[in-house]
Amino acid sequence: MSRLAVRKTYKLFIGGAFPRSESGRSYAVTSPDGDFLANAARASRKDARDAVVAARKAFPGWSGATAYNRGQILYRVAEMLEGRRAQLAGELGLGRAEALASVDAAVDRLVWYAGWSDKIAAVHGTANPVAGPYFNLSSPEPTGVVALVAPADPLLGLVSVVAPVIVTGNTCVVVASEPSPLAAITFAEVLATSDLPGGVVNVLTGRQAELAPWLAAHMDVNALDLTGVTDADLALRCEQEAAGNLKRVLRPVPEPADWTADPGLTRMTRFLETKTVWHPLGV
Amino acid sequence: MFEYAPAPESREIVDLRPSYGLFIDGEFTEGSGPAFKTVNPATEETLAEVACASADDVDRAVRAARKAFGGWSGLPGSERAKYLFRIARIIQERARELAVLESLDNGKPIRESRDVDLPLVAAHFFYYAGWADKLQYAGFGTKPLGVAGQVIPWNFPLLMLAWKVAPALACGNTVVLKPAETTPLTALLFAEISRQAELPPGVVNIVTGAGETGAAVVAHPEVDKVAFTGSTEVGRLIARTVAGTGKKVTLELGGKAANIVFDDAPIDQAVEGIVNGIFFNQGHVCCAGSRLLVQESVQEELLAALKRRLGTLRLGDPLDKNTDIGAINSAEQLARIRSLSEAGESEGAERWSPACELPERGFWFPPTLFTGVAQSHTIAREEIFGPVLSVLTFRTPAEAVEKANNTPYGLSAGVWTEKGSRILWMAERLRAGVVWANTFNKFDPASPFGGYKESGYGREGGLHGLEAYLDV
Amino acid sequence: MTTSLADVAASGATLRAFLHGLPGVDRVGADQRAAMLGTRSIKTTAKARAIDLAISMVDLTTLEGADTRGKVRAMCVKAVRPGGGAPRVAAVCVYPDLVPVAVEAVAGSGVKVASVATAFPSGRSSLDVKVADTAFAVAAGADEIDMVIDRGAFLSGDYLKVYEEIVAVKAACGEAHLKVILETGELVTYDNVRRASWLAMLAGADFIKTSTGKVSPAATLPVTLIMLEAVRDFRDRTGRQVGVKPAGGIRTTKDAIKNLVLVQETAGADWLTPDWFRLGASSLLNDLLMQREKLATGRYAGPDYFTLD
Repeated sequence: MSRLAVRKTYKLFIGGAFPRSESGRSYAVTSPDGDFLANAARASRKDARDAVVAARKAFPGWSGATAYNRGQILYRVAEMLEGRRAQLAGELGLGRAEALASVDAAVDRLVWYAGWSDKIAAVHGTANPVAGPYFNLSSPEPTGVVALVAPADPLLGLVSVVAPVIVTGNTCVVVASEPSPLAAITFAEVLATSDLPGGVVNVLTGRQAELAPWLAAHMDVNALDLTGVTDADLALRCEQEAAGNLKRVLRPVPEPADWTADPGLTRMTRFLETKTVWHPLGV
Repeated sequence: MFEYAPAPESREIVDLRPSYGLFIDGEFTEGSGPAFKTVNPATEETLAEVACASADDVDRAVRAARKAFGGWSGLPGSERAKYLFRIARIIQERARELAVLESLDNGKPIRESRDVDLPLVAAHFFYYAGWADKLQYAGFGTKPLGVAGQVIPWNFPLLMLAWKVAPALACGNTVVLKPAETTPLTALLFAEISRQAELPPGVVNIVTGAGETGAAVVAHPEVDKVAFTGSTEVGRLIARTVAGTGKKVTLELGGKAANIVFDDAPIDQAVEGIVNGIFFNQGHVCCAGSRLLVQESVQEELLAALKRRLGTLRLGDPLDKNTDIGAINSAEQLARIRSLSEAGESEGAERWSPACELPERGFWFPPTLFTGVAQSHTIAREEIFGPVLSVLTFRTPAEAVEKANNTPYGLSAGVWTEKGSRILWMAERLRAGVVWANTFNKFDPASPFGGYKESGYGREGGLHGLEAYLDV
Repeated sequence: MTTSLADVAASGATLRAFLHGLPGVDRVGADQRAAMLGTRSIKTTAKARAIDLAISMVDLTTLEGADTRGKVRAMCVKAVRPGGGAPRVAAVCVYPDLVPVAVEAVAGSGVKVASVATAFPSGRSSLDVKVADTAFAVAAGADEIDMVIDRGAFLSGDYLKVYEEIVAVKAACGEAHLKVILETGELVTYDNVRRASWLAMLAGADFIKTSTGKVSPAATLPVTLIMLEAVRDFRDRTGRQVGVKPAGGIRTTKDAIKNLVLVQETAGADWLTPDWFRLGASSLLNDLLMQREKLATGRYAGPDYFTLD
């Protein structure tokens, strides 16, 4: 007789803990063939609100950590993700070889961003030769709390939008891919065991159309990444709502997106502010 | 008064072998030169016998590095990065073992090897690992040079290895490294670490020996890049040797740094900075703040505080966790410190040391202060490379700059004042590669380090450190 | 030197000029120095001596609204005889109305009775009330008074008001020793800690104390370092020695030993006695006793074997 498997309950990830949705709702997640896989939590606007509170609370500590420390933690995330390679490959809804390659790419993507923590200022900051007896330096700083709508690619896409946001010191609330949210929650388990402070990344599963407008309108969110929004009307509405407190907005990436390409710097620089400091020189 | 009981770090963590070979093409091999002994400078006990690489051995190492170059430089940057991250992690895992071995072979206090050297070594590999797949963003191109010949000193044996090896490998070069004759052991343990990391054979080769081995590395025609840290005298020889060849060179040489204290300085922290500036690592630091320039109006107060503080320095067993000042690295270096100090006295400077008992065996020198020093004194001009501080005075900021710059060296300088605009004014005028304000002897892999004038050329660390290892 | 300092408090302006003329404190440097001293490794015989010394420096404290005669009596029994042959503590520290209970409970033991006064912990009352509060505690038999400074006045730059209050409270103390609580967690900058230390010493403090224990952060190592530098420099300048009492947040033997190292390497061995250095704490004592037991027996101790009083 074959053994009956013990299944995992997929929950949300908020403030370093794994709560169910306060709404008590869930939705069925199915494989591409339509087979039932699991019930995922269906987050409500109140879960989104709680996630923003957690992200804001984590911001001073995370942005105040040394770049070296953030780099070490991102690298640790990569190490832990490598350890869950087989498990995650099974949650991607792909063929085995393709799935493993996708997990590997996600690990390498994390390693790539880990290295940026203490280098982005060197390539994106400047010493400015102003005409006067002043020392003048410009350096990048994180913008704050970033709300993200993750793309359909359940792991590599998710990692590719989350890592560049947090490596520079932002904290985030991410809405996982609606049809395939399971890998996002397993990735949250990776984050939870990687020395990443609670609240730096918060993961919501549920309906994009239900959650994204609340995050777009939230007055304590500083930036909005609409990468994964597939409905043009929803994207437009979110961008308009984001204007309320002048959130920095990254517009949707048309599907199918190629997440294996060199990501460049824009996903980091869009969520950075430039701070310029003047100081006189004189005896 | 409570005396601290001895708190020695355990030696057992280190598995010393009686003899060590050269590390060439991923294997430990015999050297054809006469093997030499490396001693614990705190006790004069022989730690191990180490192979000496002859010119033929160096040639073997260079050929191994050349052979490995194609494969290594052909790897995607992201794969090279992962090797370096692995090395960084293994260094973190074996940090205590490396720290104890460093203190045994070098004589530096375990507090420093544990809290300064080793964290910086790991951080350096971690930092340059991150560059390996980002070279196109640094602005120096992405083409490596080939085989790097690297010769490093005995004052920070493993840290200098990290400064040399990490950026070289990140950029796609392979290396032949020669550690200092008196401190080869951590480099050889690093060879073992590179094997644990499964680094391809020949990417890192370590040849031990004395000056002749180093000269063979520098002169080898198949070496494309020479990186040297050490004395200005040897630096000059190297510059002469490579003249007319296609070799790219970086030199990190001596220094005679001014540590400038104004009357509005945060006095207690300035005292700490002066102590750290000259007594850190027994003063075996090329950027040591060996000339204290103090504003005359605060001289008396500062010197009283400094002398009181020197009275609390704990000199002794480098493996004792409470030791502040360890052993001088070699009999030769001790003789040099003694003779320069004697010159200081005979030229009329006033010598002072706190009451300080020196162990009977080993190489020791007490923390020493010379007051009444003028720019023309030998001890104000020559690099002593020991725990000896020369105190000079100044009246105005302009005079401080003049005196600070009045040396053929230009590696570092320190400025102590609560006035920000004065710090920046001074920094603009000081002819030195690193200026520390209200701190001293701070190092970080993200921050470039290197000298002006006879302190050498090229920078190590930071984005700038990549330039030395790329075909720009 | 003494005469020049006598005129310092002639007016608000002279006092301000003096305090602002003190050398600044670089925060990063001070933090690093304190952290480095925190790495000192105190083992075996040195640790045994340090633990007994630390026990003898404890001001065993209870400052709760819920304090009762029974609670204070029980604490006093522990103060006099901590158990296991450990030395008695330096003092017990209680609210003024419970001083008579403490005085009776420690009588003849050598343990001093300290009392907080001056509208502790906020200090927000009139000078008359503060002086009366002090006089009440002294009359009840307190050997030591722990007063709080007016942080509001200090932060608004009215140093003279702070000075005059300390002088008045000192007068009300009579024979009792005066400890002046700076509440460094509310002064925030290290420059302020240095200035407040000098201000309190100039006004006649016998001890300067970091904190009430009601504000966080309380006694951090860098703050204690700066206060130790201040008492050291004050004695060099005036010849008068002033004690230091870190209080609040010192819970473990490790914390206590780090404080002793700080004393030894900053102010010097002259301060390493209960007359000149105290540790204000409540839960610390049991941890010291547990570590003491560990050294004596060679095995780790469990809390069930130490009394909770």
